Parts: sequence; structure tokens; C-alpha cells
Amino acid sequence: MSLLHLAILLPLLVSLFIPLLYKKIRTVHTGWFVLLVPLTLVAYFSQFLSQTMAGKTVVATMKWIPSLDINFIAYVDGLGLLFALLITGIGSLVVLYSIYYLDAKKEALHNFYVYLLLFMTAMLGIVLSDNMIVMYLFWELTSISSFLLIGYWYERERSRYGAQKSMLITVFGGLSMLGGISLLSLLSGSFSIRESLATVGTYSNDPLFTVSLVLFLLAAFTKSAQFPFHIWLPDAMEAPTPVSAYLHSATMVKAGLYLVARMSPIFAETPLWFYLVSSVGMFTLFWGSLNAVKQVDLKAILAYSTISQLGLIMSLLGLGAAALQVEALPDSLYTAATVAAVFHLINHATFKGSLFMMAGIVDHETGTRDIRKLGGLSQLMPVTFTIATIGTLSMAGVPPFNGFLSKEMFLTGVLEVSESGLFHLDTFGLLFPFVAVIGSIFTFVYSILIVYRTFLGPRQIDKLPKKPHEAPIGMLIPPLFLVSLVVLIGLFPNLLSNTLIRPAAEAILPKVVASGGSIPVEIKLWHGFNLELFLTVLIISVGTILFLTLPKWRSLYHRMPKQISLNHQYDTLLRRGERTSSAIHDTVMTGYMRSYLVYIFGFIVVLVLSSLYFLDAFRFDVNPLSTVHTYEVVLVLVLVGSALSITFARSRLTSIILLGVVGYTVALFFVLFRAPDLALTQLVIETVSVALFLLVFYHMPEISRKEERIKFKLGNAAISALVGLSVTLVALASLSQRSFASIAQYYIDNVADLAAGGNMVNVILVDFRGFDTLFEISVLAIAGLGIYAMINFRKTGGIDK
Amino acid sequence: MEIIMAIAAGILTMCAVYLILSKSVLRIIIGTGLLSHAAHLLVMTMGGLKTGAAPVIKDGITQYTDPLPQALVLTAIVISFGVTAFFLVLAYRAYQELGTDNLEEMKGTDTHD
Repeated sequence: MSLLHLAILLPLLVSLFIPLLYKKIRTVHTGWFVLLVPLTLVAYFSQFLSQTMAGKTVVATMKWIPSLDINFIAYVDGLGLLFALLITGIGSLVVLYSIYYLDAKKEALHNFYVYLLLFMTAMLGIVLSDNMIVMYLFWELTSISSFLLIGYWYERERSRYGAQKSMLITVFGGLSMLGGISLLSLLSGSFSIRESLATVGTYSNDPLFTVSLVLFLLAAFTKSAQFPFHIWLPDAMEAPTPVSAYLHSATMVKAGLYLVARMSPIFAETPLWFYLVSSVGMFTLFWGSLNAVKQVDLKAILAYSTISQLGLIMSLLGLGAAALQVEALPDSLYTAATVAAVFHLINHATFKGSLFMMAGIVDHETGTRDIRKLGGLSQLMPVTFTIATIGTLSMAGVPPFNGFLSKEMFLTGVLEVSESGLFHLDTFGLLFPFVAVIGSIFTFVYSILIVYRTFLGPRQIDKLPKKPHEAPIGMLIPPLFLVSLVVLIGLFPNLLSNTLIRPAAEAILPKVVASGGSIPVEIKLWHGFNLELFLTVLIISVGTILFLTLPKWRSLYHRMPKQISLNHQYDTLLRRGERTSSAIHDTVMTGYMRSYLVYIFGFIVVLVLSSLYFLDAFRFDVNPLSTVHTYEVVLVLVLVGSALSITFARSRLTSIILLGVVGYTVALFFVLFRAPDLALTQLVIETVSVALFLLVFYHMPEISRKEERIKFKLGNAAISALVGLSVTLVALASLSQRSFASIAQYYIDNVADLAAGGNMVNVILVDFRGFDTLFEISVLAIAGLGIYAMINFRKTGGIDK
Repeated sequence: MEIIMAIAAGILTMCAVYLILSKSVLRIIIGTGLLSHAAHLLVMTMGGLKTGAAPVIKDGITQYTDPLPQALVLTAIVISFGVTAFFLVLAYRAYQELGTDNLEEMKGTDTHD
């Protein structure tokens, strides 16, 4: 276990002591202790920067289950480090924010920080694991800790609903990923991502490779809230705002993007990868921005905007792969799109984190997040207003903030793909910029909507539950820090290009590095006059017009029928699933013994008859059979006749006596078959059994003594006939297919010499196979004791009382 | 002879299953009794019914019937007797406590869960 492993597991280890700290030290907010953890980790991870900048990686192995090739291999490269810094950096800010957001007296802080630290370990584990099974382990840990955090206020019904929904959807994705991992490791022979990558060419033509690809993408799409799995994210907004800011904007939802980036070197040369990743991302961008405009809750707007922005990054990761598919495209598109994806990933974490914190402040200080009640807060909350303005303008892609730059780079990528004549259909390729521009226009509209409806416009203080005022300084520091990053990156875009972006892009594109190429990361604030700039102007002007006319066309949203909304579909699916399974259960499990016996006998018949048929076992060999004697035929007739009469007997007494007849006939058979011991036993036991039957019959209550014949049921008759038929057929088939002689000769030869006995059956019972007899005696003893207990221990006056 | 015995065992099984599918507990136990008879006969038959002397050593006889199936059936008879006796008393106790012999009426209701 190296220091690196310790760093990944540090939050988990600290979380063990949180409840103790919370209970013992009540005067200090527990968050201050927690804050030390991400701060330490930021400092620790920063020291790797110099190594990743030089193109080096760090590997540390901790043995876990070496026999199964499952070891905790911590692996730090540019991509992993970028995420690790995001997780710990934004983690520090969120913890600081939560100290002021959560009331130490009212909230269960120990739960909150334990879940949060658990989540932090899980995220660090995902991004720094090379072994896919270990990565999966941490992946599911994020699902669980996110579930716990969303359901933090568990007494609220909506929290529980949101937590369950996110759990179901992300765990569905997680299990798909496990399937993908298993398939990929079957093909590559290793659980290690690096080792799989090294041999990818040898197995990439296998059909299972494509299945594995789809399963991995399912995991990425569910985690990163891509269409149609995005529906859990808006409901996850029931979590406390620090959680929304941390998990549902900056870190967990980017785990899917991380997975796509990490797996790109393996899968990206498959055309399906490009189609799925870019089109799903693009549609999510469009759909998320379209839906964000109709929301009235600040956090819901931000949730849909997160979905939309994640779609943007996802589509960029896919667009890069286009260069691998189409000869005409320059390879620089591959690198440019990847750099844009990484750049926007960082930008989004900065502005979306600050916006969520802003929404939390507004909620905290006014008591509501409903934009219909808010308005005109700019003079009351000037600092928050500044934060919101910078964050939303960056999100909308307005210069000079960082969102503008990444949006320009996004448009470049989209335009290049559309010019490639992809799919030999120019029309289809043209869809990309079209959808991208529409998505961006709606992004602009909802960004302005957030600022305008919250801070500008008419002030309606009387509608607010609380009297609004500026937030405490501790709550403002984290978002201020983030928006200053927004401005800083916007003005000096190359600030991070060498330290963070290039190493991350190199990790996504190891081929470029391997072939001796380099990835140019030159982000310019001013591109000159080009098509992208024109599109930005178009987006801003059309967006402004749409925003000004918003009240006129907003009602269009309500035209969409509720039935086709995905949430409705999800709820229906769950409800129908429950109803169907309970309906099946109610039909199958009737509670009547008879139904179950019918199932059992039916299955026996089907299995026996079909296997006889398919194994071609209907062969009857008459050769080794013994001769037929008259005695035996007569006895068979008596046996069969009495057995059949039992079923038709009206009275139960007749049935009992007929059963006796059958038993005595069987004893006679034993005589004929030269089995004297059997005949003796059978006679005695049949007598005792019949006596017992009669005893029970005698004690029957009056009503039950009413005699009636068994009601004839065709189904019962058919099933019993088939069971009888299978027994006969199996007997006949096995009679004619005997392969070995009996071992009986051994007993016959040795019974006198070895066991000093004359009666072979008895010697077998007590000498050769004496164990059977021992346990048969036990069976009788248990039956006797059981009968004694049943009769003597009763509810009334028995041991029970 | 084996073919006839196989058919007879089949018919016995058929009657047994038909009885087991009925409602009355007593008839079900009769069915199980019949089923064990069928099984015992089948074991004997499958061991081969070729005639030889009863499996007791006697000077001058070389041909015996197979003793092993007989030992198996003897064990089976005793065990099925033990189980049948237990079932019968169980049925008797069920009459006493529930006042019915009808299996369909012994179905647990919602309040019984």
C-alpha cells in the first residue's frame, strides 16, 4: 500500500471518525474537520503535475486478489489527475460552503459528512484505478453514496423518490458496465485498462467487442445523465444544495464522461462508437436546453442545463472519433475536439459549481427557489448577483468568459464534421451544426432567464417566505473563487493548457503521442472573423429575441402531451412492472396444493417424455425378459382392478379396504418373486397401515363423513394418465438398455464366507449395507417421536402454555 | 413378464396421482400409499424377474434371484411406513384442530399470514 492508495482511501478512513467528532465536539461545526481532508489531497495531488506535464505516469500496485488478477492498481496520468484535482478542489469549496449552508444544530451533520467523504473516495477511486473491477467497485460506491446524499432529508417523500430513481437508473448502468468489463477482459485476457489497450488490435474484430462497447456506453450514459437516462438528475435536486453542486454538476455526472474518455483509445476506432457518442451527446444537448427553459425552479433549470452541457462534452468526445472514421477529415479534428472537451469539462465545473452555490444562497436567504416568486434581488444581494451574472454569461457562451471559448471550439468541431460529407449524405451531416446552434440558443435563453427572473425585474418581497439579505461571507467565498476562475480562464485561456489540458488530452489520445506527434493546445480569445464568430452573434441575437418574446411562446411547452414525457414513461414502467409481477404471482401462486402438484407433475411429464423423444429412447428389447405365468397375470389383474376401483370408490372406507387389497396383492407378488422377507414385512406393515387408516377414518368429524365420489376432472385424469405413461415408458426403455451385469453375484458368492450368514437379504441389510439400516431405524424413531409430540403437545394444556 | 409389471406399475402410479390431485386429505394419503407400492414393484421388476431360488443359501443350488433389490425395497417399505404413519396422525390432528378434511379449505387467508 503506497501513499497514493492512502490518499485515495483517506476520505473513507476519516469518515470512520466523523460520528465520534460530531458527538464529542459539539461547539465546532464538524465540517471544519472535514475540510482538512480535501485540502490535504489537493496539495498532495498537485505534486504530480510536474510528472504528468512531462508525459510521465505514476503506477502503484496493492495486491488484493492476485489469483483472480484483481489488484488495486492506482494509476495517475493527465486525465486521472485532472479529475482528481477537480474532485478534491471543488470538494474543498463545497465543504466550506456546506459549513455555512447546513445548520450545526438542526441537521444530522455526521451522516452528511460520512456520505460525502465516502463519495469522495469513490470518485477518486474511479478516476485513479487501472483495474476495471476495482473501478467498477468504486463506480457502484458512487451510486450508493449519491443515493444516500439525495435521500439525506429522508423524511421528505420527494427525496426518497429521487434517491430511488437515481439508484435504479445508475445501478442499471453500473451493471451494464460490469457486463462490458467481463466481455472486454475475456477478449483481452486482462482486467487492466492499460494492458487491454496494448493488445486492442488483436481482438477488435470480435463480435463481442461491439457488445462490450454498447454496455460501456450504457454505463456512461446513465451516469452522465444522457438522453433518455437523464430523468434522474432533475429529481436528484432534492438533495441539499452543496450535494447538487458537488455531485450533480462537477463530479459524479462527469464519471460517465471520464469513462468515455478513458475507453476512447480502445473503442474509438469502431464507427458505432462515433455514432452513439456524438449523436446521443448532441441530442442530449438539444433536449436539455429545450427543457431547461420551461422549468420554474432554479435548481431544476440548472439540472437541465447540466444535462445539456454534459451532452455537449459527450458529443465533443464523440466528434473527435469522426477523424478516425472518415479519410477526408484532418486528424487535427481528433485532437481539437478532445482538447475542447477537456477544456469545457473544466469550464463547466467552474461556472456550474458557482451557479448551484448561487441557487443555494438564494434559497437560503429568501426561502424559495421558485423563479415566479423571486425577482429584483440585485440590490439586496449584490455579490450573489455578480456571481450569477458571470456564471450564466459564461454558460451562455458570451465573451470574455471561459464558456465562450469552449463554445467556439465546439462549433469548430461541429462545422468540420458537417463539411466532411459524412455518411455520403450531406443532409445528415448538416444536422450537427443545426442542432448545436439551436441548443446554444436555448442555452442562452435559460441563462438569461436565471439572472433576469431572480435578480432583475420587479421586486416582490411579500411573496418571499424570508426577508432577503446578503449571505454570510463564508458562503460567498467558494462561488466567488469559482467565478474568479471563470474570468481568469476566460481572459488568459492558456493558463491551464500546459498544466492540465495537454496531459489530459494526451491520455485520451495515446496514439498521437506514441507516433511522435504532439497535441497543440493554443486557445485564443480572439479568432478573427470566421464562421464560428458569426454563429455566436446569431446565437446571441436570436436568443435575445426569444427571451424578450418568452411569455408569448412559453405556453407551447404545455402543448406537449404528458404521456410522451420520459418521467411519465418511467413511472408507468415501474408501476406496470410491479403490477405485472404481482398479477403473475397471483395467478400462479393460487394457495391451493392442487395447483402446485399440477405444475410439478406437468413438468415431470414434459421433461421425461421430451427427453425420451429427443434421446430416441423408445426401444423395447424383448430378449432378456422372463416368461409370463398365469398366477402372475391373475394377480396383476387383481392389483390393477383394485387400484382402479379406489379412484371410483364412493366411500372412503371402501378406498381404505381396496388399498389393503393392493398391499396384500403386492405381498403375494413378493412371494412369487421369491422374496420371503419382503412378503413378511409387507404383510405386517400393510395390516398396521390399514389399521391406522381405519383409526383416522373413525375419528373423522360427522360432516366430513358425508361420502362422495371424487369429482371427475379431465385435467387431473389426463395428467395422471401421462404420469403413469411416463413411468411405464421409462421402465420399458431402461429394461431394454441395460449395459452392465448386476453385482449380485458377489453377494451370492461371499455371503457365507465373509459374513457368516445364509439369508442374503438380511446379511446385506445388517452387514454389507448396514448403514442404510441404521438410518432407516432413525427414520422410524423420528416418526415415532413426531407422532408422540403431535398428539401430546397441544395448544391447550400442552407444553406451549 | 417385466412388460406387464411395468404397465401395472404405470397404472398404479396413474391411480396414485389421480388420488393425490383430489381434495380430501385421506384420499391423498391413500394415493401416497399406492405410489409407494408402485415404486416398490418397479424396483423389484427392474432388478429382473428371472426365476431362481429365494436368496437363502442352500446346498446344491446355484441360481438365486437378485438379493440387492429386495434389500432396497425392504428399507423403502419401512421408511414409507414411517412417513405414512406420521402423515396419518398429522391428518388426524388436522381434523381435530381445523374440523375439516378438505384441503381447499385449509388455504391460508390474508389474516393467516
